[in-house]
Amino acid sequence: MTTDNIPNEVLLELEALRRENEALKQKLSSQTELPMSLEEFRRYGRQMIVEDTRGVEGQIKLRNAKVLVIGAGGLGCPCLPYLVGAGVGQVGVVDNDVIDTSNLHRQVLHDSTKVGMLKCESAKDVLRKLNPHVQIKTYPVRLNYSNAFSIFQGYDIVLDCTDTPLTRYLVSDVAVCLGMTVVSASGLGSEGQLSILNFASVGPCYRCFYPVPPPPNAVSSCQEGGVIGPCIGLVGVMMAVETLKIILDIYTLDNFKPFLIQYSGLPNQTLRSFKMRGRQPSCKACGEEKLITRDTIEAGEVNYEAFCGARNYNVCSPEERINVQEFEDSISSNEKLSQILLDVRPHHHYKISHLPNTFNLTVKELRDMEGDMSLLQNEIPEIHNGSEVLVMCRYGNDSQLATRILKDKFNIMKVKDIRGGFFKYIDDINPSLPKY
Amino acid sequence: MVNVKVEFLGGLDVIFGKQRTHKVSVSGNGDVTVGNLIDYIVDNMIKNPRDKEVFIENDTIRPGILTLINDTDWELEGEKEYVLEDGDIVSFTSTLHGG
Ligand SMILES: [Zn+2]
Repeated sequence: MTTDNIPNEVLLELEALRRENEALKQKLSSQTELPMSLEEFRRYGRQMIVEDTRGVEGQIKLRNAKVLVIGAGGLGCPCLPYLVGAGVGQVGVVDNDVIDTSNLHRQVLHDSTKVGMLKCESAKDVLRKLNPHVQIKTYPVRLNYSNAFSIFQGYDIVLDCTDTPLTRYLVSDVAVCLGMTVVSASGLGSEGQLSILNFASVGPCYRCFYPVPPPPNAVSSCQEGGVIGPCIGLVGVMMAVETLKIILDIYTLDNFKPFLIQYSGLPNQTLRSFKMRGRQPSCKACGEEKLITRDTIEAGEVNYEAFCGARNYNVCSPEERINVQEFEDSISSNEKLSQILLDVRPHHHYKISHLPNTFNLTVKELRDMEGDMSLLQNEIPEIHNGSEVLVMCRYGNDSQLATRILKDKFNIMKVKDIRGGFFKYIDDINPSLPKY
Repeated sequence: MVNVKVEFLGGLDVIFGKQRTHKVSVSGNGDVTVGNLIDYIVDNMIKNPRDKEVFIENDTIRPGILTLINDTDWELEGEKEYVLEDGDIVSFTSTLHGG
């Protein structure tokens, strides 16, 4: 076949197609040599052009990084999207808790339609949409000494976004055993703290800072102490910054100095960086004599519960307590209230909602009266040793302590603690009252 | 006599009349140490004697409270033996646990 009888425009068209084919082939082959897709170049471009990230080299470090985040709450939620957005290759999320409405003001990956859903799954839902290039693995379990090693293994960096001293010691101990760097943070009220632990297996660990745990009654949780959403959120975002700096090798063995950042939201926002002690030779986890090892942890020989202790609230006998139904029956039986109703929640809690005809004095205020009846009568004029007193708090813990004080210090014998407190009363008797 | 600034952070201010920073003058013959300052705080600044256990345990700062001298962990500065100078800032911060 000759080309003579083929129309010229067809030949031109053929030539154009050949050229296009060649160009496409070339483009395809050059793309397979690229370290990531063109879409990823566009996606990460704005951070790659920040010189300190070292562009593509840094981006590959991020893609190869495996980060485990323990807790998808007030710290984990603001931190996670920045890690995933930055292109950290693998992200694990450990949390066995489900979403409650009271979490939503600060746990910004969750929303009102997800109440009751597992936090780790809710987080994964959002993060997958944010960046499909990142592998996200969820662990809907409570971290403990027997599962920690199998979860941690395979990750490079662990982020401690948990909320009790017990898990903080456990996370640090396991990370030391496995040679992982920990980014550790916490927050309460309007304050937050952040630190890097066991940096490159040379930096101090949590036990170096806190060889002895605080007494249990000195530990306050977000549930008790309250927390301002953006204050803890800021600390969570700072955790993401520190994690990126570790992955990008901005911290080195030469320049890393142990620190603790203290953020205060009130009255003026301040950020302080405290210079901290180095590794302690006497540390039981990372020191000269390593008493805490994988074997002792997994065998349950490091007794975290006993070490950190627990507050003992059960100070009332069953006869000293009534349930919310008995309480309701006794206050609604007679026209005029014969009992004194005492609510021992903090005043600012009481202000949010309370039952009518109740007095509000905290356990601390009662304790400070040191059994002086006249001081108590300044607050509750009609009270005397023969009074019948019914005591409530939020959940039925502090009210037991108050019952003990009233009976043992003030010698008021007819005192009863209301089991489950104000919130149980709302749940079972009067759901129209506001819970907070 | 030495004039220093004392700070109570991480919620510790509740036992100091909810005031975070205090100007404190500690008198003494010769050197005034952080140990002297702690005694002064316990004896003069904690209004309610019951609150002392929030700050002090077994004669030293309670576990869970970090002590900083001019923004440096007191462990690096000689702890109680550190000799105070005018203008020093001594901070006590309770460890937070919420997440
Ligand atoms: Zn250590």
